Amino acid sequence: MNSKIKKLIPQLLTLAFVALIFGFFSYNAQLNMENRGITFGYGFLSQESSFDVQFSLIEYDGSHTYFRAYLVGLLNTILVSVIGIIIATILGVLIGIARLSPNFLINNFAAFYVEFFRNIPLLLQIFFWYFAALRALPLPENAEAIFGVSYLTIKGFYVPAFIWENFDIFFYSIVAAIISIIVIRIYAKKLRDTEGKQLPVFYISIGLLIILPLISFLFGGVNLSFQIPQLKQLALTSFIYEGGVSIPPELIALTLALSLYTATFIAECVRAGIQGVSKGQKEAAASIGLTPNQVLKLVIMPQALRIIIPPTTNQYLNLTKNSSLAAAIAYPDLVLVFAGTALMQTGRAIEIVSITMLTYLSLSVSISIFMNWYNKKIAIKEK
Amino acid sequence: MINKYINPTKENLNTYLTIGLIFISYSIIDVFLNSFFKINITSFLPSLLSFLLPLIFGFIGLYLIRIEYSGVKKLDIINKNINTNNFNAILTLFIIFVIIKSLPPLLSWFIIDANFAGDTKEACTGTGACWTYIKIWFRRFMYGMYPNAEQWRINLSFISLAALGSVGFFATDKFKKYLTLYYVVIYPVIAFLFIFFFISGGRVFFDFSYGIIAAVISVIIGFFIPKFKLYYFLIVPLTFYILLKHVFFSDELIELGMMEGLNWVETGAWGGLSLTFIISFFCLIFCFPIGMALALGRRSDFPIIKYICIGFIEFWRGVPLITVLFMSSVMFPMFLPEDFFIDKLVRAVIAISLFEAAYVAEVIRGGLQALPRGQYDAAKSLGMGYWKMHIFVILPQALKLVIPGIANTFLALVKDTPLIFVVGLLEIVGMLNLAKTNPQWLGFAMEGYVFAALIFWIICYAMSKYSYNLEQKYKTER
Amino acid sequence: MFKLIKQLTSLVAVFAVLIGFTTESMAAKKSKTLKNTQKQGFVKCGVSQGLPGFSNADAAGNWTGVDVDVCRAVAAAVLGDASKVKFTPLSAKERFTALTSGEIDVLSRNTTWTLSRDADIGLTFVGVNFYDGQGFMVRKNSGISSVNDFKNGISACTNIGTTTELNMRDFFNSRGISYEPVAFEKADEVVAAYDAGRCDTYTTDKSGLAAQRTKMSNPDDHIVLPETISKEPLGPVVRQGDAVWEDIVRWSLNTMIEAEEYGVNSANADMMKTSENPAIKRIVGSEGEMGTALGLDNDWSLRIIKQVGNYGESYKRNIADTGILPDRGPNEIWTKGGLLYTPPAR
Repeated sequence: MNSKIKKLIPQLLTLAFVALIFGFFSYNAQLNMENRGITFGYGFLSQESSFDVQFSLIEYDGSHTYFRAYLVGLLNTILVSVIGIIIATILGVLIGIARLSPNFLINNFAAFYVEFFRNIPLLLQIFFWYFAALRALPLPENAEAIFGVSYLTIKGFYVPAFIWENFDIFFYSIVAAIISIIVIRIYAKKLRDTEGKQLPVFYISIGLLIILPLISFLFGGVNLSFQIPQLKQLALTSFIYEGGVSIPPELIALTLALSLYTATFIAECVRAGIQGVSKGQKEAAASIGLTPNQVLKLVIMPQALRIIIPPTTNQYLNLTKNSSLAAAIAYPDLVLVFAGTALMQTGRAIEIVSITMLTYLSLSVSISIFMNWYNKKIAIKEK
Repeated sequence: MINKYINPTKENLNTYLTIGLIFISYSIIDVFLNSFFKINITSFLPSLLSFLLPLIFGFIGLYLIRIEYSGVKKLDIINKNINTNNFNAILTLFIIFVIIKSLPPLLSWFIIDANFAGDTKEACTGTGACWTYIKIWFRRFMYGMYPNAEQWRINLSFISLAALGSVGFFATDKFKKYLTLYYVVIYPVIAFLFIFFFISGGRVFFDFSYGIIAAVISVIIGFFIPKFKLYYFLIVPLTFYILLKHVFFSDELIELGMMEGLNWVETGAWGGLSLTFIISFFCLIFCFPIGMALALGRRSDFPIIKYICIGFIEFWRGVPLITVLFMSSVMFPMFLPEDFFIDKLVRAVIAISLFEAAYVAEVIRGGLQALPRGQYDAAKSLGMGYWKMHIFVILPQALKLVIPGIANTFLALVKDTPLIFVVGLLEIVGMLNLAKTNPQWLGFAMEGYVFAALIFWIICYAMSKYSYNLEQKYKTER
Repeated sequence: MFKLIKQLTSLVAVFAVLIGFTTESMAAKKSKTLKNTQKQGFVKCGVSQGLPGFSNADAAGNWTGVDVDVCRAVAAAVLGDASKVKFTPLSAKERFTALTSGEIDVLSRNTTWTLSRDADIGLTFVGVNFYDGQGFMVRKNSGISSVNDFKNGISACTNIGTTTELNMRDFFNSRGISYEPVAFEKADEVVAAYDAGRCDTYTTDKSGLAAQRTKMSNPDDHIVLPETISKEPLGPVVRQGDAVWEDIVRWSLNTMIEAEEYGVNSANADMMKTSENPAIKRIVGSEGEMGTALGLDNDWSLRIIKQVGNYGESYKRNIADTGILPDRGPNEIWTKGGLLYTPPAR
């Protein structure tokens, strides 16, 4: 009985302490809000927002609600994060592998890249790309065409727009291709386990991925045409490109800075992963007669991935959180649109900041849960 | 198939070697002349071909000298290194090509065409960098808006703090046991007082400082008391607090005792690199103990404490720092009583410390987890209680393991300081942004950013190298 | 058992300390902004980050401008010395939260008086010190001479979180023109973006346009289009809930305007103490108990006029003489055809 009380007391103390702090804060908040005449409530989300946003993936203008403005910001954040993650991963893997090359030049070049971009603050890199590099781009009327159809100017990167007919059929063909690839892989694994035969799964997958959409093009009535940006004059000295898709320079600067910065960390993770597989594994695999390709695919990579994936997922999370730095340049992500403009127009600081933090929290927590599940699944059981 | 005709082997080493070297040297000279002196020796060819010619020739040359086991030591080293197969050769050439081609423009921008002298924008006439701009604004970048006449105070504080901080290197054995007490308790308080009274130059502006000084004094006294009893923790601080507040530092005495002649410089005027150092220093001091406490709490057996710590850590790790700073500047004042006003800088430091403490907690937790259970069992079998076990057995080992992790976190802290602009404070990046839109100095954004990048790069690189050395020094075999 | 007592006593101690802090701060809550200002010895004033004519700091850190003069008037009234002001430069984003959080006590930052700001975010506007309207700036060589020349796809640079953003939308929507809003937090970044060519036009209050033009690389390359697309009454703001402080700031501003209406300026203020016009005597405080009603002494208005000057002097020294807006436009006393009409100080 005595030990039970001894265990309970510190916990109750901590709980009381935390409750006291929370109570203190909420009491003061309530008092302050009463004094200032501010009301607390989430009803403002259904009010009209009356401000426009420069770049939005969904249909939005000032006559939509604040909630829709929140969605716009969220989608922009996700857009930047996804593009950044893809570029950072590709770049990071390349540089990580380059760091392991015996070639003196390549090795040091990659090392220089990592040391250079890792030691400069991300905010500084974003500022550099946006205020220094992209401001030096030419005006639309002076821009030269890249491949004859796209233009890189100070007002944005204008590329041709895709115009689809019967896009859904194309989409279904891609889905069908993916499903059939998964089926083939399961079948190939079963075949290998029971009969020891290897199917060239990789080539089959590529083939499926190309053939099925091709069929949709030829027989499904899917059509793809391009709309090329055309120069249009707005005034004597001001031009833009009409038609096509315009990618704002804010997005370009942010994605560039985020990818280059995060790629350094991913490169280090990849390098640590591959180096972390003991040399004995490679030698043992070679001694039982596996080809170098097979060694890499069947022995090294699975073990290396175990070491690579958790920190890399962490880096993806960091990239998503770092995308909030868009508030420093004029890219309309969640923080700038919702916790910036909307907050200033409505004055509801507590509600808006709480929603913003909750959004980022749920993103982080879901990735944490995934990582914990993955770690448990592949963990080496210690006795 | 080509091997039938062109087969560089050990036998015809000399011929192939000479021809190969000729090709390689030609390609390097061509690129070199092209980029440094703008002479195109193959201008009689169409432009694309003359552009790619050095690459092609270099590739041929490298192919020709790719002789396995040639017996010439230097050749073997080169072949094994950069010439193992065609792909490698192309990459090597490409990299050399890029380096040589990019060197002249960089050199000319940085040094040759740059301006170093002068006082105004007109002095920057060249096409290169305008280092005059940096020279003129240097004081602002270093000290922010701190008045020029008072900057000696910042210099003096930093030098003294650096000197006091390096005391640990010269401590003789007799004092070594007090080192922890010194670094964890006394040194931060001294630094705090320096910043408060010397750099700010003002009177104490909130009550907590009395509490802090009282707590510190009681901890110091507690160390010298033979039997350190828990209830000393109540009586001693309370007494000192009351003494400080109502006897020593009562208002009239403040008027008499305050340093006359030191002008008040409010925290809004602090800025530049000195602010970066101040913030990094204080955040490091605060986030380390809090992080340790959180890590221990997360691994504790008490469920309530464990879940509170988990919630706290996951919360701060899940949100971006910019929203945390935003919250501290916008929401935090609403949670405090109306007249209880905390300075901007203090709020920012608290926010960043709590944020980084969560990361430090995770790093330390990784170290704690990596220790084998045997250590815990052995310590318990010796009869050590929870705190004794952790302080003398577990934490020293765990901290040695996670030195790179903590150094990384500290590095991240330094790199996160530019986000202070959200709160309205201007450290070096903020001062840069201010300077680049000054009407007399428009258009020099590039120089400013390059300068700041250089400074940060030097600091961060030095720190990462130091932590690497530290890790090597403390690496104990397990 | 002994350990239990120790832990309980530590809990009691923690409680005691916290309650001590709380009650102390709660007791302190009853004092008002005026008391705090008098205690700390300076007025905490929020201003812009550098808008010539309104609030701008020179290289030595001295602040000048009409908004600055409003804060100086409050300092002269409350503390007796117009120089006892601490200026906090704020962006459009942080200005209101700085006020509600207590970091500043007066926001004098060319802020537009609107219903939602007055009613919804816990602030009170105490007057108008500059009547303005929103306009557009374009490059002279763009060939645009009026807002009717704007075409679809135009890009407009402005500040985040201002009425400018909302008015811009109303304007372009009502004409059916599709536009691209590029909104930055700092005014300097907006100007830099427009100057570099990122946007075709820069929009904000016309006074802001005129002021910012002086900070561009080639001021003569830009023109302000003649049309005004909205009403922008700019004035000082204080926190809601402190009625005495509200009145002090309001009547400090009104004193400056009324002084010009009656011809009292910093040079002749002392002489006017013996004027025959009772209104003038009340303005300079030689008659009536206006000060006591506000919680100040009766020389408060005289100090304002002597140390800061009347509205006309402030305008002339900051906006007219510097060439930003030589013509006062609607910012003239009502007797001369302008909009400045204050309630009488009696």
